[in-house]
Amino acid sequence: MTAADLARAYARRELSVREGVQSSLDRINEFDGQVGAFLKLAEDVGDQADRAQAMLDAGEGTPLTGVPVALKDNLSTRGLRTTCASKILSDYVPPFDATVVAKLKEQGAIILGKTNLDEFAMGTSTENSAYQLTHNPWDLARSPGGSSGGSAASVAAGFTPLSLGSDTGGSIRQPASLCGIVGFKPTYGRVSRYGLVAFGSSLDQIGPFGFNVEDTALMAEAISGHDPRDSTSLRHAPIDASSVRNGSLKGLRVAVPKEFFGDSMHAGLRAVVEQALDTMRKEGAILEEVSLPSIQYCVTTYYIIAPAEASSNLARFDGIRYGPRAEGSGHISVVERTRAEGFGHEVKARIMIGTYALSAGYYDAYYLRAQQVRGLMVQEFKSVFDKYDVVVGPTSPVPAFKIGELKNDPMALKLLDFCTIPANMLGCPAISINAGLTDGLPVGLHFMAPPLADERVLQVAYATEQALGATMRAPFP
Amino acid sequence: MQAPMANYVASIGMEVHAELATRSKMFCRCPVAFGGEPNTRVCPVCLGLPGSLPVPNREAIEMVIRTALALNCKIAMHSVFHRKNYFYPDLPKGYQVSQYGETNPLGYHGWLELANGKRIGIRRVHLEEDTGKLMHLPNGGAGVDYNRAGVPLMEIVTDFPPDITNEEEAKDYLVELRQILVWLGVCDGKMEEGSLRCEPNISIRPEGTEMLGTKSELKNLNSFRSVQLGVQFEIRRQAATLDSGGTLLQETRGWNESNESSYAMRIKETENDYRYFPDPDLIPMVFDDPYIEGLRSAMPELPLAKSQRYQRDFGLSTKDAERLLQDRETAEFFEEAVAMKGDPKGICNLMISEFAKQLNEAGLSPRQSNISPAHLVQLANLLASDTINSKVGKEVFAEAFKSGAMPDAIVDERGLRQIDDHGPIVESVKAVLATNAEVVERYRGGQTGVAGFLVGQVMKMGQGRFNPQLVQQLVREELERT
Ligand SMILES: [Zn+2]
Repeated sequence: MTAADLARAYARRELSVREGVQSSLDRINEFDGQVGAFLKLAEDVGDQADRAQAMLDAGEGTPLTGVPVALKDNLSTRGLRTTCASKILSDYVPPFDATVVAKLKEQGAIILGKTNLDEFAMGTSTENSAYQLTHNPWDLARSPGGSSGGSAASVAAGFTPLSLGSDTGGSIRQPASLCGIVGFKPTYGRVSRYGLVAFGSSLDQIGPFGFNVEDTALMAEAISGHDPRDSTSLRHAPIDASSVRNGSLKGLRVAVPKEFFGDSMHAGLRAVVEQALDTMRKEGAILEEVSLPSIQYCVTTYYIIAPAEASSNLARFDGIRYGPRAEGSGHISVVERTRAEGFGHEVKARIMIGTYALSAGYYDAYYLRAQQVRGLMVQEFKSVFDKYDVVVGPTSPVPAFKIGELKNDPMALKLLDFCTIPANMLGCPAISINAGLTDGLPVGLHFMAPPLADERVLQVAYATEQALGATMRAPFP
Repeated sequence: MQAPMANYVASIGMEVHAELATRSKMFCRCPVAFGGEPNTRVCPVCLGLPGSLPVPNREAIEMVIRTALALNCKIAMHSVFHRKNYFYPDLPKGYQVSQYGETNPLGYHGWLELANGKRIGIRRVHLEEDTGKLMHLPNGGAGVDYNRAGVPLMEIVTDFPPDITNEEEAKDYLVELRQILVWLGVCDGKMEEGSLRCEPNISIRPEGTEMLGTKSELKNLNSFRSVQLGVQFEIRRQAATLDSGGTLLQETRGWNESNESSYAMRIKETENDYRYFPDPDLIPMVFDDPYIEGLRSAMPELPLAKSQRYQRDFGLSTKDAERLLQDRETAEFFEEAVAMKGDPKGICNLMISEFAKQLNEAGLSPRQSNISPAHLVQLANLLASDTINSKVGKEVFAEAFKSGAMPDAIVDERGLRQIDDHGPIVESVKAVLATNAEVVERYRGGQTGVAGFLVGQVMKMGQGRFNPQLVQQLVREELERT
């Protein structure tokens, strides 16, 4: 059931909130052993349900009142353990709610639990979790993608109609693509980052997963808006979900960068994407091939900027104030051992890369140069957005890969991110919707629009989703 | 320690940290205060909890710009915060938010003028956040108090190569700087509480050479005196080391107040790599000319300029001017009185003597007392016009201080006006001479000094209201007459 269906059922009193929430919990209890989406379930779900029911009964309900949602475990939840899938935060219970969490609670959404991720959101397969693997509901042998793999799997498996993830280089859109659902990264600054445990602060963005665009837009509206606690938050109204249905493909100017359709692209996936583009043309969209050469540098650039920021953001995990603390003689020894034991391999690798990129003598060659390339990319995309309404392409050049398949080839995994990274570099809104299947695996279609054109990208995604036909549910179980 | 044998020139750079007198911390709303139970003024932001984000304090930014303007600095119209990365238990985030770069700090390339006219170049005035405080616990362990973490901290660094060449200048620079900071209301200037901290770096080189010597940095100086003594000690210690053929190490040294000497804290072998980069959580600060000019035009006249003006326009001595410039309130009180057409010298005399004495005894500031500038103007005029004499003046002031009554009214009510008529005075003189015939004899016998006694007796009869000059003149005339 979608969030919109659930809200209608509550409104018609066909279902109580407790019943709606219980059916989610039943499904999780039955199947999450196989999927591994959740790291922890909330213990106060019954109380939350009663509060939501009271809101509905008092006529104070919102579209999300009583709707179960899952949260990526890098979003701070007051009183509910928040681990970032890292051992270094194995016992950390935040004393405050992230702004998005507070907003969801105010609107009566039910916080069902915290979902698995790559440790500190560093990865694209959710295999870097210190706690467990998450499996793709379309094929349990395959990865759900990452880093927000748990939140994507929760929606794809029908555990929750909605969930939240975070997207630093595609961590919402790529798992949405691999799990056949919708994943949306809003404009940087339109959703408060307060309470999101930082990875790459200039790239990080919280965003929703949904079964379809309409649901996803409802969640985007619920969590967006200016937040005085986040200096990078934009003074802008929340995203308007009600405008989503206004979209039309007729006369839409669509840029198709040829760099998104490179040699690494999976043949079956390419066919599905081409077919989707044909459908768009039939609906009246004007598609034109363009070239954005800077795309070829985006992965390299990203793997300097994000680790550099991460190396500083993760310095606070020293075992002094919270989290497990290793024994040692003296402060430096305690910090070294705590971090050596607490961080996983990928996190350590990125901290070292980032530390190196910021070091005296290397700063200009790496971090500064990367920022210059980022500036160039912004200019290049801007000239495209002057002429086109949206940019389209695949979300990922490959469908879901097998768990462990790329474990020993981390570089190959990173190179798959070139379709999603540009949106983080630009801070622009981007969305992945399902375009169909190849060999039984979902294929994501990816749209980007200029910063602040969040409504436009949602409208285009909605119209395309309608044109492509009904959304598909994972054959699970 | 012995004075050096060879002749050396010292170069002293001054790094001053001033905690800003804002209501709340730099990036959160926790209150700023001194002392208190450890970790009671903290929140997720100043504790650096995961996911927390900084929101800059506008008041602090404005205070730094005002200081930079007072120190004749250029203002960075586009200025960013950087992260200074290092590990220390008192540093909650593993980095300190600070400002890096030559022309990025809010203020740069300015100067401060010492009273002797010498200009000390200022390299930078920047804004950062304070760290927590390591504490040794009674059970032997260590703890951290984060109450101070995130308090806005202004760093003021002198030019390189340094302009200051001896301990006297180092102290004068700090005295002058502290006065400006307190004057602007940006820092309470309490060195003993650590809200103003000074870390001089000192090097010496043989006279006639250009290359600066190896420098040492001095910490734990918590008074003007310790700054002066510490710098002097370092200069002499370095000279003694060189004189005896030793080599100096680049090191941080601590000042031991009790035995007035410095001790080695740590040797700096390599420069720390702090991996500065712009803080992505904070957007750049961008200012426009109207904003800066608005702050500039709202700047108060600074102590040194005031002192020069008081001496030039009001004829005050340097010493008197400085006493009026102890604090901004006193100076403004004085200027208000002068603006009411009061006599500057007379008002100054009242302020630095009777008024200062009474305020000190009552523990009040000028504005807290019953005295207004108008009181001072009236009293100074009464004295200048000889309507009352200085003795009565003290009595009138005491009454005004107590009750708030105006001096004119007190004088009228109590009939304290000075008596300048010859009639009553001559009458009293005759009476005093008549009753003191023996003293008059002694005067006439050549002991002229006894006249003072007779004058005093006459004044007594006049209950202090007789014009003292007139009494003196009339007593003498009367004595000489026969
Ligand atoms: Zn705080």
